[in-house]
Amino acid sequence: MMLKAHEGVQVDIIDRLPTPFGLVRSGVAPDHPETKIVVNQFSRVAANARCSFFGNVTLGSDVSLAELRGTYDVVVLAYGAESDRSFGIPGENLRGIHSAREFVWWYNGHPDMHNLVPDLQNTDSAVVLGQGNVALDVARILLRCTTKLASTDIAGHALDALKSSTIRKVYLVGRRGPVQAACTAKELREILGLQNVHVCIKEGDLATSPADKEEMRNSRIKRRVHELLSKAATMHKEKNSNDQKELHFVFFRKPTRFLPSEGGSTVGAVELEKTLLKDDAVTGNQVAVGTGEFEDLKCGLVLKSIGYKSLPTEGLPFDNYKGVVPNLRGRVLSSESETTTVEAGLYVVGWLKRGPTGIVATNLHCAEETVASILEDDRNGVFMAPSDSRRQGRKGLLEILEQKNARYVPFDGWEKINSEEKIAGQLKNKPREKITTWDELLKAANGG
Amino acid sequence: MFSRIFQLGTRLLRETRAGGNLTSNSINSSYYQGQLSRHSAPAKSILFSTATSSHEGSEDKEKISVTFVNKDGSEQTISVPVGMSMLEAAHENDIELEGACEGSLACSTCHVIVMDVKHYNKLEDPTDEENDMLDLAFGLTETSRLGCQVIAKPELDGVRLALPAATRNFAVDGFVPKPH
Repeated sequence: MMLKAHEGVQVDIIDRLPTPFGLVRSGVAPDHPETKIVVNQFSRVAANARCSFFGNVTLGSDVSLAELRGTYDVVVLAYGAESDRSFGIPGENLRGIHSAREFVWWYNGHPDMHNLVPDLQNTDSAVVLGQGNVALDVARILLRCTTKLASTDIAGHALDALKSSTIRKVYLVGRRGPVQAACTAKELREILGLQNVHVCIKEGDLATSPADKEEMRNSRIKRRVHELLSKAATMHKEKNSNDQKELHFVFFRKPTRFLPSEGGSTVGAVELEKTLLKDDAVTGNQVAVGTGEFEDLKCGLVLKSIGYKSLPTEGLPFDNYKGVVPNLRGRVLSSESETTTVEAGLYVVGWLKRGPTGIVATNLHCAEETVASILEDDRNGVFMAPSDSRRQGRKGLLEILEQKNARYVPFDGWEKINSEEKIAGQLKNKPREKITTWDELLKAANGG
Repeated sequence: MFSRIFQLGTRLLRETRAGGNLTSNSINSSYYQGQLSRHSAPAKSILFSTATSSHEGSEDKEKISVTFVNKDGSEQTISVPVGMSMLEAAHENDIELEGACEGSLACSTCHVIVMDVKHYNKLEDPTDEENDMLDLAFGLTETSRLGCQVIAKPELDGVRLALPAATRNFAVDGFVPKPH
């Protein structure tokens, strides 16, 4: 958008990974290749002569925010949310408990999770806490037939682990009801239609209160999700065969403790408290309230899918409660003094701006808003620097990186990685065989 | 010129993906349809004006008029061959309609609003898959559809498609940045 709007503008994209595209590469599930088609558009942008990619450059260690602001007229932070919300309940550190983000990065070949090595052989049951689209993704990858997964771009180490997995039952646990579930129709339809998976939903859980009906009246998505779950509840009455895997939708249960298995260090069960929905006077939402009735759900693997969290950066105003950078339509706000001021030349976009929800289209519209703010500020002369201290832009960044001895990966370095992955994939009937360690990625980027 | 080749490339890619067997016939016919309708339609209408309605399987395609209404209210009227999707037609005419998933029903960025309910009613009902994506579209209306699923046919001649206002702020401001 910036390149289109302004003929003189040059845009540099900095990423700590040697590979571009963010969540499209590391978040979108391997069996959703159509969602990844957008990289074609991204690649066309990167190929523009006025755009440069600097991979393997980390904000904070290779270049500081202050240095960037001194080098560029405009700095836009778009680094998303690379951490997780946690429950803060006992037993959360037991082995076998991972955040869904870690698990997703692992099966998508993110180099930071190469050594996750989740144990998929100590149990027949996995519990996924959360019922959003990420929760459905991890449940589906655990249940999908591996011959289907074998022709996707799933990381090789994950495919091997899934082939020898003993997990046969997956529980999707939500503290509220079907009307409050955060998943959307496409993903739900897909998981309900998985081959050879028996879906268990309690019809009683689908009863709707007046407050539920009000929520559904205001949301087309909720109406269609409820319809899909209702149909599934009536259709799957009996298990067809013992070869079938099982998917259980568990509603109105919140986790209170993780219990160890006999060994003592691995998770053996999740203690769940039954909940009721009450209206929250402040927000107007229905919230889950514990009833004092507990039950244990046996499992050997727990994936927590209750939301991502952004990480703060030195020199960047940050709202620790909301987990986002305070901003007004993308312009970063600082409240160091008593009054709130706009930080000139500093902007945010995406999950760092709005919180970790939304899809490709949401980020598209979010970007439009931030770009509109940037262009307006440009018209108003916000970026004018005195002529004797013009910011150096790309030239300045290259000097900083050289001083720090930081070896950045340019876009054609990514193209070398891309080419190697695609060639390796051809041998295995996959669209690509991902390179999953830092060393091998950097080696491939340098043509080695 | 480059963008034309690129568009053809994506169409071939789509057909390969969808069709499985890509015969040389289908490549040639879709290429020629584009070429013939562009160059020979005027001559054809003079010579065969009464016969066009009976040409079911001919290479020449009828064209309909489609008007895109941009977010700032400006309009663009284009000529679209029957059988082409609105998304493809927009791209061929440099109209800024996003198509992140390139027509594979995996996003909602080509969301358009059919401005006349009579035209909307002439469309086939959306499939579950299209409805799943419409669920996520911004500014969804009663006559919203995905541009990649609206295929040009004679009954849609004169259809007006509005691009939804992306953000409330942008609509209020109404500013369209002009290149320097």
